[in-house]
Amino acid sequence: MNALREKARELLATKTVQVVIGYAPGSGGAARALFVREAAQAGELVFDETCLQNLAAYLMKPEVRRLGRAALVARPATLRTILQLAAENQLAESSLLALVPGADGVLSLSTFSAIEAHVAAQDNDLSAAEKSELEKFAAMGLDERREFWQEQFSRCLKCYACRAACPLCYCTRCTVECNQPQWIPVPAHDLGNLEWNVMRAMHLAGRCTNCGDCSRACPVGIPLYLLNQKLCSDVLSSFNQRSGMAARADHSLSTFKPDDPEDFIR
Amino acid sequence: MPDFQPKIVAFVCNWCTYAGADLTGTSRMKYSPQVSIIRFPCTGRIDFMLLLKAFASGADGIIVSGCHPNDCHYSSGNFHARRRWIIFRGLLDFLGIDVRRVQFSWVSAAEGAKWAQLVNETSERIRELGPFAGYQRLRGLGVG
Amino acid sequence: METEKRSIQREALAKLIEQWCREGKRVLAPRKSGDKVDFDRVTSLSEVSFDHVQTVQSPKSAVFPRVEELFSFRSADGQVEVRDRELDILPETVVFGLRPCDAAAFAALEAIFNWDAPDRLFTARRARTTLVAVACSRADEYCFCTSVGGGPGAVAGSDILLTDLGQGEFLAEIASAKGREMLQAADSLFGPALDADKESRLAKPAAVFAADAVAAVLAGLFADTAFWEEQSRRCVGCGACAYVCPTCACFDIQDEGGASGKRLRCWDSCGFGLFTLHTSGHNPRPLQSQRWRQRLMHKFSYMPERQGVLGCVGCGRCSRGCPVDMNILEHLRAIAEARP
Repeated sequence: MNALREKARELLATKTVQVVIGYAPGSGGAARALFVREAAQAGELVFDETCLQNLAAYLMKPEVRRLGRAALVARPATLRTILQLAAENQLAESSLLALVPGADGVLSLSTFSAIEAHVAAQDNDLSAAEKSELEKFAAMGLDERREFWQEQFSRCLKCYACRAACPLCYCTRCTVECNQPQWIPVPAHDLGNLEWNVMRAMHLAGRCTNCGDCSRACPVGIPLYLLNQKLCSDVLSSFNQRSGMAARADHSLSTFKPDDPEDFIR
Repeated sequence: MPDFQPKIVAFVCNWCTYAGADLTGTSRMKYSPQVSIIRFPCTGRIDFMLLLKAFASGADGIIVSGCHPNDCHYSSGNFHARRRWIIFRGLLDFLGIDVRRVQFSWVSAAEGAKWAQLVNETSERIRELGPFAGYQRLRGLGVG
Repeated sequence: METEKRSIQREALAKLIEQWCREGKRVLAPRKSGDKVDFDRVTSLSEVSFDHVQTVQSPKSAVFPRVEELFSFRSADGQVEVRDRELDILPETVVFGLRPCDAAAFAALEAIFNWDAPDRLFTARRARTTLVAVACSRADEYCFCTSVGGGPGAVAGSDILLTDLGQGEFLAEIASAKGREMLQAADSLFGPALDADKESRLAKPAAVFAADAVAAVLAGLFADTAFWEEQSRRCVGCGACAYVCPTCACFDIQDEGGASGKRLRCWDSCGFGLFTLHTSGHNPRPLQSQRWRQRLMHKFSYMPERQGVLGCVGCGRCSRGCPVDMNILEHLRAIAEARP
């Protein structure tokens, strides 16, 4: 933690970056985002197991972009998000550097290739627990799955916290806001909620880096991570691709292979 | 449900399947009348949202069909579509929506007989599955 | 009306809920599901959670559902037939186990919905809703009712307020005509007034700021762009705060169904960029900092000024529900301290 603060101080003092986006202690024993713009404030930064938010979401916020070059305290999924955003032409390499706190100090990754090398060395698989939860779903009957999701989605308020928290939901105009014609029903009724959640999952397929912020953001606790992990797993098994591995990459859903699986097509 | 006449919506591409379906007609081949064909420039344009809209509007089954691989009028529209279908199909199944209600296929402009067979088989399967009441019941649920 | 004091035992309370259900009333109460507690329809006391601090969502959906039909329409042959929502079939509702802050929030909703023109549907729902609150024995770091004129045992707004006195005994304060009606319909279930120390049973959330001081400071803070940018920097612009808020009343109107369909009223939030987007493409509040300012201004400056009631009851739900920990209490304290 001291190494992180020291690094932040140095980056700000030397004007290498204009802001360090990191974590500070927040309410309820959780951590919250902190925007450090003065070296003197760097002492407020913390990094521990309560620091969960994917801070890359702020890289897409105009008010934060305007602050200048940013150093971003990054967790494993944050690094992949940075690469995915880069691959989608949303980030300039010169606009940020990533700070990765570790056991022996803090690593400063200032190029996409450095981030790529770091990401390549980390475990990017779904965890054993995540995989077994998906398997549990696969073993459920169709009706059981439908009932499960109908109950979950019936609680959706359409507050769009999932979208707002997601660093990859950066569209300035979301499909749900396209109303000529109205694609997704605005009302949070059962049909509107199903279409909204299917649409969001589909638009994140092959892009989501499984940071989990959508589920953490949901005020009513819908396990949205399940949808994303299912799609991550399908993209990997069907196309052998993973999001957020390289700053220049073919997106799994805007490319193809002539021999993609098609056993379900007549 | 012997009297049940399923509503099937077919999303087809202009260049292959639509022409194939036309050939079915000009060849005087009879097939199930329960299908309503919607013509698109290419399967690449058939957004998954259109499929959801069809279900929400009362479709009991859906056919999505276009040019065979390597035959796309725009070279690769069908390849891109195929990837999206793979993902979409997996997601529908995960959500508990019966994917037997959505039939994907390649039907070329020369395959009038295949089109007739595809529609007949799909319509038979949907007839067996019955009306997609569960989906249509979603309409209006949750309005106070 | 003077508050009448009675008592009720836990067993009698269970019977009371059963009686409401028998009378065909819809009983909404906090119910535990997973690690969250939220209002849900219940039919027995055993389903009701008492030991939580606050529910995720507010009870406002009893009178202002997240989606409701205003009227239906049918157009044919150039004629449009509009059918108003039938009000007689709206359910008689008892909201049980809401907190005193929640009960107080209904006054803010009434002030908005009936500000210039009375809202027919809201008024009908409100008239059919009775509030039986339970005083707070616990508060958490997000609670601040005492800073906005409320209190963990405040009676205002409730038809009946219950305070747990321990050993399965509740103090019942009957505070309105509706409450009295409810009492009369089940008088035998209530015992005599008890000589109990209610205060000692209540949580003690500290008063952190004075609401009028916040309003006074806000009046001069509108143009301080840097202040609002600093406050809202980590806000990501979702609607969670507005949707869990017991007083947020903004809505959007949507028609569904084409030529024959329904006009629906749906929750909306000033935190969304789309909220103020004009047809021309111009957006008077294009930045999140402006939207955050609007949220606080509306609750603590505009509403007291226009409707004579604060738009906040200090329930703390927005802070608990915020995905990025935009703790409103901290921000209000900062505002109160911003200027002399």
